[in-house]
Amino acid sequence: MNAPSYVTLESQFDETVQPANSGLLRFITAGSVDDGKSTLIGRLLYDTGNVAADQLAAIQATSQKRGLAAIDWSLLTDGLIAEREQGITIDVAYRYFATSRRKFIIGDAPGHEQYTRNMVTAASSADSAILLVDARKGVTTQTRRHAYLAHLLGIRELVLAVNKMDLVDWQPAVYQGIVDAFNAFVSALGRHHVQAIPLSALNGTNVATRAEAIPWYHGPSLLEYLEAVPARRDAERAPLRLPVQRVVRVMLGNAANGANDKEFRGYQGTLASGQLHIGDEIAVWPTGQRARVKGLHVAEQSLAVASTDRAVVVALDSEIDISRGDMLSNAIQPPRVVKTLTADMCWLSEQPLQSRVKYLIKHTTRTVNAFFEELSYRVDVNTLDHQATPETAVMNDILRVKLKLQQPLLVDAYVDNRTTGSFIVIDPASLHTVAAGVII
Amino acid sequence: MNERVNTPFNQTHAAADHLDLLEAEALFILREVIAECRHPVLLFSGGKDSAVLLHLAYKAFHPERIGCALLHIDTGHNYDEVIAYRDRMAERYACQLHVRSVEDSIRKGSVRLRHALESRNAYQSVTLMEAIAEFGFDACLGGARRDEEKARAKERIVSVRDEFGQWEPKNQRPELWSLYNTRVALGDHLRVFPISNWTELDVWQYIQREDIELPALYFAHPREVVRRGDILVPVTHLTPAQAGDTVETISCRFRTVGDISCTAPVASSAGNVADIIAETAQCLLTERGATRLDDRASDAAMEQRKKEGYF
Repeated sequence: MNAPSYVTLESQFDETVQPANSGLLRFITAGSVDDGKSTLIGRLLYDTGNVAADQLAAIQATSQKRGLAAIDWSLLTDGLIAEREQGITIDVAYRYFATSRRKFIIGDAPGHEQYTRNMVTAASSADSAILLVDARKGVTTQTRRHAYLAHLLGIRELVLAVNKMDLVDWQPAVYQGIVDAFNAFVSALGRHHVQAIPLSALNGTNVATRAEAIPWYHGPSLLEYLEAVPARRDAERAPLRLPVQRVVRVMLGNAANGANDKEFRGYQGTLASGQLHIGDEIAVWPTGQRARVKGLHVAEQSLAVASTDRAVVVALDSEIDISRGDMLSNAIQPPRVVKTLTADMCWLSEQPLQSRVKYLIKHTTRTVNAFFEELSYRVDVNTLDHQATPETAVMNDILRVKLKLQQPLLVDAYVDNRTTGSFIVIDPASLHTVAAGVII
Repeated sequence: MNERVNTPFNQTHAAADHLDLLEAEALFILREVIAECRHPVLLFSGGKDSAVLLHLAYKAFHPERIGCALLHIDTGHNYDEVIAYRDRMAERYACQLHVRSVEDSIRKGSVRLRHALESRNAYQSVTLMEAIAEFGFDACLGGARRDEEKARAKERIVSVRDEFGQWEPKNQRPELWSLYNTRVALGDHLRVFPISNWTELDVWQYIQREDIELPALYFAHPREVVRRGDILVPVTHLTPAQAGDTVETISCRFRTVGDISCTAPVASSAGNVADIIAETAQCLLTERGATRLDDRASDAAMEQRKKEGYF
């Protein structure tokens, strides 16, 4: 088991640490309805100058119309008619803000009854998760559930935002009690980095700026943390994975204006992990054939090396049969070529799982038919207990499953590679996305 | 109030990195749609977002030429230079250009105007749906961004529309990792927004970096306008000055270029992309708040129109 590691109350925030080499951080916010999530997001946007004057005027007017004494920041984020009518948040929304150091994409997942699937959806692309706790209530079932889901989706950077500290008179003992309870819980899950921050979203204390008036807290404000936390870039050091999206063939005069070659064959795709250099020997899966990299391009631009997340065109030195859905790896660290999968899965659909039905699995750029061979157990996200051999799965269930595949997939474990370790399940009748899976 | 506590996010290494990431994400989405859909089309209006999208499509296909056609829904109320730009771009990228006009829908009777000078912007949905049915498109690639409007912030990158073009906010497919589900039943189609995660500032920074040509309307120029509240209404044949109006000639530019009858310019002296980036970074009004005459009708005007098939 991996040892837990987290920053303790006493530790200083190291301002000399440069922000990670990424101008973009994706994070999610999670918390239950009254924990002040919308207020926190509103505050972050407002204090960083990312609320436009017309937006502010609109929510001020609406707040006043409703007889509120202060601005209701949820009006900034809850945009849909039904949300306003019912005062609830329906679905994940994406918000954007920027400071001089970084750009941020917030996956704003609602804390309501559909929590599990929405949280899983938002968390799938996040580098970091802010878990909001009401200082008066402490760590609740909801907090543990959100921490577990963040863990399941591979988020290692967690912020425990202890909100409404003003309502408990900024008592360090209250804060420390919550931090201890939370750390005890997440250390049982595995390896994480937890940054706890006492704050007041309503007053903006420790949100964008640090509160000097709280002598016992020496850590960062929430914004300082978000500007400095490393974005997920561990994929750069992982073995090369390049799922082929499309074969590109220049022939019969279909060359783009400005393209040099009258004839060309190459492979388009985004590097899921690792790096690719000119001259590298690669292997193509599932066949395992080898070739060397002859060219790397992004449109007219030729590269000597392509890094993770770049969308490139690869030319090889030998003619081998490669199609969409195949995967390039480095020659010595191949993906697993499998026809059965063991995975943890979140069922997202209102239609329950049907065990005798054939579903489609979309994994990287390959889609295959699959059966559920076994539903091993269901995880109770409140207690983390395992309930053995469920008959079916219903919306928001988290299950351990075994799948039998009609064609092989080229996979890694999710803990090693978020892209080659994840898949979605598509119902071939409704064509809906009905489940999300992480490969064990 | 609402002063920025931070300097604008630009001109740094980090900024270059974030544009690379946004570009790579868009290329990936474009390639997924190109690979998986039967008959995709790229909606091209000649505006800055669709100019960026067209450039991204060029990069996604390269070294092949762009393998899908362009579709423009012409309200008949466009600025001449935008139409000329549209035609020039289609030629430059050797793309087939389909133009379908609201005028034809009016003639057929599927669009009925309340009065001759009514804004035709909302009626584009009808003509768009007619074009989708006519050509059998199963995916429409568009340059919409989530930062434009609150209802857009909730829309998926790959969004399913039924034969009425309706968007159902309560029944969207969950979208996880970069695994886009592009499957649609016959008669349904996808609206795909590869630049969902871009902001207005990202778009301008990318235009600068990639040296993307735009219609001259985007840059400061002298123009006759009438002030109506805080909005500058351009004096045109469709929006003539009324009795008692004071017509002024000011230096202005368009932040968004759409239908003449519903887009307003902003006072500006920004004559090049660098100036516009500086101005955008400091601006305290949203793109739509500053310039649109049609989203102000209600808090949910955009959502309502999207439910009716609006792009």
